[in-house]
Amino acid sequence: MSEARTQILSGIRRSLKRDGASPEMTAVVDDRLRGHQRNLVPQRSALSASDKVDLFVSMVTEVAGTVDRLPNLSRVPHAVADYLASQNLPAEVKVAPDPRLEAVPWDKRPTLTVTRGRAEDRDLTSVTAAFAGIAETGTLMMLSGPEHPTTLNMMPDTHIVVLRADQIVGSYEDGWDAVRGRNKDMPRTVNFITGPSRTGDIEQTLQLGAHGPRRLHILLIDGAGV
Amino acid sequence: MQSTSHAFKDNAHGALADDRLQKALGKMKVGFQDKRTRAVARLPEFDQLRDQSRDIKNHVLEHLDLYLERFEDKVIERGGKVHWCRTPGEARDAILGICRSVDAKIVTKGKSMIAEEIEINDHLEKNGLEPVETDLGEYIIQLRKEAPSHIIAPAVHLNKEDVAETFMKIHTTLDPKRSLEEPRALVNEAREMLRQKFLAADVGITGANFLIAETGSTVIVTNEGNGDLTQTLPKVHIVLASLEKIVPTLEDASTILRVLARSATGQEFSSYTTFSTGPRRPEDLDGPEQFHVVLLDNGRTGMLGTEFQEMLRCIRCGACMNHCPVYGAVGGHAYGWVYPGPMGSVLTPSLIGVQEAGHLPNASTFCGKCESVCPMRIPLPKMMRHWREREYQNKMSPQAFRNGLSVWAWFAKRPKLYRLASKLAMGVLGGLGRRKGRFRSLPLAGGWTGGRDMPAPEGKTFHQLWAERQANSSSPGKKAA
Repeated sequence: MSEARTQILSGIRRSLKRDGASPEMTAVVDDRLRGHQRNLVPQRSALSASDKVDLFVSMVTEVAGTVDRLPNLSRVPHAVADYLASQNLPAEVKVAPDPRLEAVPWDKRPTLTVTRGRAEDRDLTSVTAAFAGIAETGTLMMLSGPEHPTTLNMMPDTHIVVLRADQIVGSYEDGWDAVRGRNKDMPRTVNFITGPSRTGDIEQTLQLGAHGPRRLHILLIDGAGV
Repeated sequence: MQSTSHAFKDNAHGALADDRLQKALGKMKVGFQDKRTRAVARLPEFDQLRDQSRDIKNHVLEHLDLYLERFEDKVIERGGKVHWCRTPGEARDAILGICRSVDAKIVTKGKSMIAEEIEINDHLEKNGLEPVETDLGEYIIQLRKEAPSHIIAPAVHLNKEDVAETFMKIHTTLDPKRSLEEPRALVNEAREMLRQKFLAADVGITGANFLIAETGSTVIVTNEGNGDLTQTLPKVHIVLASLEKIVPTLEDASTILRVLARSATGQEFSSYTTFSTGPRRPEDLDGPEQFHVVLLDNGRTGMLGTEFQEMLRCIRCGACMNHCPVYGAVGGHAYGWVYPGPMGSVLTPSLIGVQEAGHLPNASTFCGKCESVCPMRIPLPKMMRHWREREYQNKMSPQAFRNGLSVWAWFAKRPKLYRLASKLAMGVLGGLGRRKGRFRSLPLAGGWTGGRDMPAPEGKTFHQLWAERQANSSSPGKKAA
């Protein structure tokens, strides 16, 4: 236990004019940490499931993300290949090694080159799943893990995300409940991603693609499976 | 950074005469203010969220020791380490020690005001390491060897021509005939140059917008994604944070996040909000192998229990400076240290002493705009007044000013005499100035008339006008406005 640590903690208690912490104070703190009590959650996202999806789509669009709604996963290879062609991008994707993407029949578009793994500098386009979509601000929630390397969210110029409509929740708090519902530890990284990378550092003019992706394209799957 | 806060008056004079700076500040003001107003109007619960955000931080500050202990427990549980540092020197040593333990050469950095506070870049450079700022604005000013002039828009004092000039001078490996006229070209060039640094870095340092006691997580909020590359690609992730950044739960962080971006840039939410918990897990394919939190006090625990405790609620959104007429006129560099604008005028004297920074609490028109936009409801004008009182009590204000105040106070305590004297003075000045309606110079008012004319009074005092107004409004059928 370092001297600095001891001094800082005793300095705090001295400033707050108490010696230590009473059992009541400790209980207040521990209850709060265990309780996960919500503060005020804006009404904006208290909607029916389909209205949440609509709000999510409109918020994503507002921050320069794009959304393509598909009936099922079997459409994904075509949607990816067509999107890349429309943007004049090479038909190559680095795909997250994610069981949720296993059902995608990539061989339906043989011209599309698919590799799997984490992102390397040369990868121009990534395809990942998402843990949840948050309607409130059009935010994607990504959890890191072997099936979803964080570099795929940040390094490529173009990030394509596959999200099922039933993964869209209302608020950030709904997202945290879902994370806790997994009954696993917090992952190393939770990314909240709202639109592509941007900067206003030069004369406050908005420029997309500062360091992260210039394009964030969401394939929203309306049906349940393949 | 070396403070020049004591020279605020000279700094401000220089800033007012700097045409390029004035052009840049003109663009800034409209942008931030309009965007915030629009974002707030879209969220009916905004003011209630401000109240709750204030309450969360008040609760944390009263239990700060307990939350810090809980936070450390969780960081250790997830395989990370917390380094407790009382002073900037201790924080510098801790960071250099970590860098040396992995034989680091290149250190990438996300934006961190604490890094400015402890002057980590200089320290790393002196010890043979290469610190690289990766936020675009911070990168630009690092190349120019300048300090940030705004806590969320560090290069807001520059125009695109300034940036182009800098890139031409420093990026000598690129074609000297390339065009850098458009902001797009500047952003692309910085992206290219910095991508190589991200890949080569051994250590990545980020700041933290929040530390979460419940999970031991640290949170950064960025738009560029530079913080994420900084903390994901190198072997070691160091989080540099001051200890008041702590909040209890993920829910509490979410509440404050709702007021942060809206107050700062007027966005509904920033592009990237990232929660980092410990180092990479054994089965992960990327992420850092080590996770360190360098926790800095630097005088903050001494603010607890004083009239400045509420300042520790600050979440560094920049709304106070975006709306401050003084900041808008002189920019951030005039304040002379890390934190400019109203929040700096309160915080800087606490951290580096009122002796050095006593001018800053006087750099205010007391219009109250800063408090009215503060998402954490910090009573900034009230705290600036506390500093002014201390300055007066410590006999630090100039003698002429103190004498003037004594004379005024002597009259103010004698209302009849005060009214008579002010009536006489207004009458005389009104008479003298009647022909031109203004004065080009006045004794004891050179500070005013040096830059503009003083309008001549119309001949009546405020007390007289007020009395007349009351008399009118008390007559039947009329109501005071």
